[in-house]
Amino acid sequence: MSPVRLDFRIIGDWIKPQSRVLDLGCGDGSLLAYLAQSKGASGYGLEIDDAHVSECIRRGVNVIQTDLDAGLSEFDERSFDFVVLSLTLQAVRYPDRLLREMLRVGTEGIVTFPNFGHWRARWQLGVRGRMPVSAALPHEWYSTPNIHLCTLRDFERLCAREGIEILESQVVDHAHRRRLALQLFPNTLGEIALYRFRRARLP
Amino acid sequence: MKPIPPDSVGLVTPARLRFPEPLALASGGVLANYELVYETYGTLNAEASNAVLVCHALSGSHHVAGYHSEDDKRPGWWEHHVGPGKSLDTQRFFVVACNNLGSCFGSTGPASINPATGRAFGPDFPMVTVRDWVESQARLADRLGIRRWAAVVGGSLGGMQALQWAIDYPERVAHAIIIAAAPKLTAQNIAFNEVARQAILTDPDFYEGRFYDHGTEPRRGLRIARMLGHITYLSDDIMREKFGRDLRGGKINFDYQVAFEVESYLRYQADSFVGHFDANTYLLMTKALDYFDPAGNTEGRLAAALSPVKADTLVLAFTSDWRFAPARSREIVKALHDNDLNVSYAEIKAAHGHDAFLMPIPRYVEILRSYMDRVSMGLAT
Repeated sequence: MSPVRLDFRIIGDWIKPQSRVLDLGCGDGSLLAYLAQSKGASGYGLEIDDAHVSECIRRGVNVIQTDLDAGLSEFDERSFDFVVLSLTLQAVRYPDRLLREMLRVGTEGIVTFPNFGHWRARWQLGVRGRMPVSAALPHEWYSTPNIHLCTLRDFERLCAREGIEILESQVVDHAHRRRLALQLFPNTLGEIALYRFRRARLP
Repeated sequence: MKPIPPDSVGLVTPARLRFPEPLALASGGVLANYELVYETYGTLNAEASNAVLVCHALSGSHHVAGYHSEDDKRPGWWEHHVGPGKSLDTQRFFVVACNNLGSCFGSTGPASINPATGRAFGPDFPMVTVRDWVESQARLADRLGIRRWAAVVGGSLGGMQALQWAIDYPERVAHAIIIAAAPKLTAQNIAFNEVARQAILTDPDFYEGRFYDHGTEPRRGLRIARMLGHITYLSDDIMREKFGRDLRGGKINFDYQVAFEVESYLRYQADSFVGHFDANTYLLMTKALDYFDPAGNTEGRLAAALSPVKADTLVLAFTSDWRFAPARSREIVKALHDNDLNVSYAEIKAAHGHDAFLMPIPRYVEILRSYMDRVSMGLAT
């Protein structure tokens, strides 16, 4: 068996057994397959890419081919325990709306995204004056699907503005390893950020 | 005559079964007894767990795959998908297809002799619905020793039967594959059907449906109905691509003969339909489409109508299908996931319009094949 990616393991640790999960931009379905196998989770993946949809069907993951930018209106309120958005936030047209939608259809949300505040990105932009290209952000500026890049701090500010309470967060490097230094300086050293959150309770 | 390709089920012979028990219909009518014509491909395994039912659409039949004779010009209507090594692999599955009641390819229908009168049923043949078909297919399954289908599959009106199966017999359907279908017709869909029916009903050769007694048939009406149907089965894009404004004879003649290629195509389709299809069947089939509405008994709430379903479902739609657009398939998908059922949905890029469900589009073939692989893995457990 291939080793499980650390971000999958972290998400798996955050998800309670037998949860109902909606995975937005589920790719080839490997996260849902992992959560089904390790946590008995069930649910659906949403995916727009033809090849990924075929791959999900091949591996027996429930997938619905759709465009996330069209919203989640076909899902009723509180249909899922967790709504996951893994490495997709930066590629959607309206990240703020999607976060709101996630917490409408799900009790808790989990988001992972490439941290634009990573030192290498800062170096490339700040010193070399070039748009960053890295393992976590492999595209050139003109062909990137990543149109809404942000840093950890940016994301946390958006959550505060939206009345979203962050329950847990983690950072890992592009090989999905978790190192001590990363935990000390997450916004500079973390390449991938992971957040678990819910709608903040009114005081 | 070309030799029969090796990936075909080859020569097939339809079978026929008589059902002496009366069938009570949704319309309130009763068929005292009836016959169903069907074909099977592959072998039913010892546990009878590998049976797949393929349901046909408006003008389809039990002849899904293979050839009826060495000289047969065309194979069955889903030859691309059914055969050894194909997406519905007859080396693994026992594929069953029957001609629906009311149709005109051998099962009891309006052209059959009514035992009560000794004449063709004609307009006395009762209105049949998707539910009635499912009921008659369930009796066929009983007779074939099939308790539970590994999958019930269909496109268009056939997809509606697959959905109805999953609702009416949750314990007897492991998987439903619903292709290019809708949970009910729109006003526009019904309107097209009504124009087709009016073409037939107002043809002087219709004789209130008793044209058999007059040794004729409403050819003009049936031709127009078929031409109209074909327009709605294709997309604007594919018509442009296939015909454009190409002229048949290279120039305009300022008369009412065929000028444009598209006219020639429609006339050809109409001509090849007449003589092979029964006008009363056309009326019945379009009504079965119009009346299909599983949510009719649940105040329009499709999710409530689908609450008995247990099957895992694959729903497929085609981008250019405007007769049953992808959004209509999504309604089925939503109702299934509202019930927390296993469902997958893929939208296949195709220019062919509604007709795409009959075509060997590579991604369509691949998805059906991978899904059927999963179905087949489920047989082992």
